Amino acid sequence: MSRARRLLIVSGLVLALWGMCYGLLYAVLSEHQALEAMGGSLQTAFTSAAERRMSDAHSAIASYAATKFNYVREVDVHSHWIGLAMVLIALGVVFDRVAFPARVRVWIAASLAIGSAIFPLGVILQTARIGRVASGMAVAGTALVTLGLAAVALGFARRPTSAA
Amino acid sequence: MAANRQTLKVTIPLAGGERGFAAMSASRLLMIGGIALIVAGMIFGEIFAVFVLHQNAGRTGQKLLAATLAVAAQDSAGVRAQLQGLGGELEDRGTKVDTHVHLTGFGYLALLLALVQPYLAISERRKRQLAGIFLAGAVLLPIGVFLIHYVGLSYSPFAAIGWASVVADFGGLLLIIAGVWYFTGLLGSRGSAASIAKPEWLNDQSWSGRVLLTGGTLLILLGFLDGAFYAGFELYRHEAVEATLLSSMLDNAAKFNPAAATQDVSDYGHLQAQKAVHIAAHSHIIEFGLMAMLLSFIQPYIFLSERWRRRWAVVLLIGSVILPVFVLLELHIGLLAGGIADFGGLLVVSALIGMLFGVVRHSGRSDASAGAES
Repeated sequence: MSRARRLLIVSGLVLALWGMCYGLLYAVLSEHQALEAMGGSLQTAFTSAAERRMSDAHSAIASYAATKFNYVREVDVHSHWIGLAMVLIALGVVFDRVAFPARVRVWIAASLAIGSAIFPLGVILQTARIGRVASGMAVAGTALVTLGLAAVALGFARRPTSAA
Repeated sequence: MAANRQTLKVTIPLAGGERGFAAMSASRLLMIGGIALIVAGMIFGEIFAVFVLHQNAGRTGQKLLAATLAVAAQDSAGVRAQLQGLGGELEDRGTKVDTHVHLTGFGYLALLLALVQPYLAISERRKRQLAGIFLAGAVLLPIGVFLIHYVGLSYSPFAAIGWASVVADFGGLLLIIAGVWYFTGLLGSRGSAASIAKPEWLNDQSWSGRVLLTGGTLLILLGFLDGAFYAGFELYRHEAVEATLLSSMLDNAAKFNPAAATQDVSDYGHLQAQKAVHIAAHSHIIEFGLMAMLLSFIQPYIFLSERWRRRWAVVLLIGSVILPVFVLLELHIGLLAGGIADFGGLLVVSALIGMLFGVVRHSGRSDASAGAES
């Protein structure tokens, strides 16, 4: 198995395992609490407004928004890690068909693997309120995956040559 | 016709690689079962989009409006009742989306498993049993999830879990058993990896296979860029607007201004629709990309003329672009875009059925040649 294929398949498997472990821990430790907190906040907001306790209603809405901000990112990071892992594995299976020299294929594989790991990591770090670092990681990860996928598409479209 | 036969002979040779595709083999069961699951998931999704989605959104909006008007009337009990009803509508929608997603997801997984069968250190008899267990779980889980909303807690001996959830969980258990078994089978094959012949599909260089691989990668790239654009330019704004609208809704209701509160509810519904179409477009285009890549792997097992394999590959890719693009345009051009998106889905389903037909024909040919040899 070539280095590029091995890199994609191993990093895909590790990322899938990591994403599943994260999802399992999140489901057991946090998800139900987050859903209950969101439902409870909305109910509190509406019933408080019905009883004309408007400051309570507004703080409940703020609490709902803050919980949802984290919930959306926590769920997204789980699905994106696993989704990107599946793409890495599927690409790894047929990566020798990418019609580029072996060294270029390794660079493309590394770009995809690193990007797939740090893009969701940047998204989840947004919940820790370290905005610039988190956004920088997400943007860098997105750029790496985008460039990698564009190169793979080009490599698949090219007719294989003996040099490749 | 004669030309077609000639093409078939050239492009799909009968070879030793077909041993793994023998009658009732695990590969064949998983490949046919996988495509059938994807087709079922897609058809279910089409029916859901046409007959359930918009009606459900309408009822959800009505209940949110009723809760807002209950706030205006200072009726706390009414608020709780309407929010409970809202929860029921969300459960109705959520279970149907889950059914669609699980059917297609298990279909992709079945296709992948069909391809890794040669690498498993498991006897052929056990592989068939595992394929049966996997497919049973892949059918039971979505059916159970679909029924959760309708069965509820009827005749259930449990306080919070209904019979439909039990069926879904049993399906999940079957899938976990099969998954763990497959994983141990893959680990066991490491020692004998060198002795495994390279599968037929890895050597495929057909036009249809290459177009599906390239097209699939491009679809994933497009979906990825769409998601990045949404996250970078729309997500934060949508989140801020959602909180503002909810606050405004309650303020207007408390100030006995039902017209303004009703407008807030309408705007809130529109915002939810915007988010839903963006997420649907993003997830569909990436899933279709992944599906195109998986289908490129099974091209050697589709016993159709090269011309028809090319046609179905192109039809699948065209449908895979039309559906997400017009889902995204639904908010701008309305029902027309919805209809065109459904047409795109129909193209994908047609291509899948065409390819499934080819796989079934391939099975028949393998059986006939095996019978002739014996």
